[in-house]
Amino acid sequence: MFTSLISGTWSQLRTLGMVFLHAFRRRETVNYPDEEVYLPPRFRGRIVLTRDPDGEERCVACNLCAVACPVDCIALEKGEKEDGRWYPSSFRINFSRCIYCGMCEEACPTSAIQLTPDFEMSEYRRQDLVYEKEDLQIDGPGKDHDYHFYKVAGLAIAGKDKGQGPDEAAPVDVKTLLP
Amino acid sequence: MSWLTPMVMEVLIAMSQALVILLGALLLGAVMTVVERRLLGLWQDRYGPNRVGPFGSLQLVADMIKILFKEDWIPPFADRALFVLAPVIGMASLLLAFMIIPLTPNWGVADWHIGLLFFFAMAGINVYAVLLGGWSSGNKYALLGAMRATAQTLSYEVFMGLSLMGVVALAGSFNMRDIVAAQQGLWFIVPQFFGFCTFLIAGVAVTHRHPFDQPEAEQELADGYHIEYAGMKFGMFFIGEYIGMVLVSALIVTLFFGGWLGPWLPPFVWFALKTAALLVLFVLLRASLPRPRYDRMMSFGWRVCLPLTLINLLVTGAAILLLAPAGT
Repeated sequence: MFTSLISGTWSQLRTLGMVFLHAFRRRETVNYPDEEVYLPPRFRGRIVLTRDPDGEERCVACNLCAVACPVDCIALEKGEKEDGRWYPSSFRINFSRCIYCGMCEEACPTSAIQLTPDFEMSEYRRQDLVYEKEDLQIDGPGKDHDYHFYKVAGLAIAGKDKGQGPDEAAPVDVKTLLP
Repeated sequence: MSWLTPMVMEVLIAMSQALVILLGALLLGAVMTVVERRLLGLWQDRYGPNRVGPFGSLQLVADMIKILFKEDWIPPFADRALFVLAPVIGMASLLLAFMIIPLTPNWGVADWHIGLLFFFAMAGINVYAVLLGGWSSGNKYALLGAMRATAQTLSYEVFMGLSLMGVVALAGSFNMRDIVAAQQGLWFIVPQFFGFCTFLIAGVAVTHRHPFDQPEAEQELADGYHIEYAGMKFGMFFIGEYIGMVLVSALIVTLFFGGWLGPWLPPFVWFALKTAALLVLFVLLRASLPRPRYDRMMSFGWRVCLPLTLINLLVTGAAILLLAPAGT
């Protein structure tokens, strides 16, 4: 009992000393509004809609992001251009619901929806946190600089038929294979 | 002026001294709430409250404004009279105990020959604050907390009294000034080291400070006995805890570290410096030690501290008798 008492007391005193020495350590907190916070490039913050390298909207209104969203904060409607391309005629993200999980970004087949290192989007009114398409759309390609969905998708749209993309083979005529 | 006789002057001076000490103790208790948060921040590698005023110095004002304007709510199922009385007892008993502490050779409220006993009496009354507060809240967590607090305080008061008897025996008096005077050559922490250790532990337990804060254990009891309190009534419990911390620090300084004694600096500065060092120790205890299980704490009190104080008292008595000049 005496040995455990002495070793226990020593352990407590050692703890006191170690914690006291933390007085001379660097403080880990950042005085945020006064000092800038470093956000890594892959930080999951405000969601944006990007454009492809040609400056066209990447989003093809496939609704995969809305399906993947665990809190159902994404809502969009499909529109179709004359050349056959789909685009979202409206795109709405309710950031008061969004949990910034990044599932939409993972689900997106065209790299259109992306999360950016920005979290300073506080509002006094909750309604102001509902972002419409014009609030979400940016001019650049975001993180994925060269990706152009329609060039690699093998899909026939106006001005590009099947098999005319960079890495595409000409479509196989399945009927000629018949005996 | 005819009525301004030397006696009246004496009374006035004594009254103003008492008032200054009262306000000083109250203010120090309030300031400690902020100082503690800053110190905890320092030891946990963060800042603590530093936004209000330079270095967070006005945080206290902000806290006061906030707590004063809170709704002073009494739950409908509570026992009104006791519910209101409990925080008053909690703060007043600890404030009253400041009477016996001599700050400097001339400063101090009461110079009684029962000095130290008065502190024990007030510490005993302080149990009622927790007990009544927990009981009158009509809440099971509050009751559990109050029960723990009562059992803990009673068992730690047993050896708190005994741990100081060595000091009293060495000084030959309960009077605080005599005790300080008896430490002229050697502070009592040297001959009464185990008395100091046990009194420190008991003092932490009596003020419900961190390693012994089972009565208010946030994780299990959701704040214990003051769970139903809000506004300034909670504030009184809260400040009362810090006043208790200041009180125990000042007592330890007086009893074991020679009170105002010290070279070069004026007596009050020595007293303040020593008290501040002990207050920092209190915060450091909170910053570093985890909360032990309740039954372990009780068994530590009864099976380790109580025998230790008894042995200490026996050895002290034997030493006094052996070293006393023959024939006295």
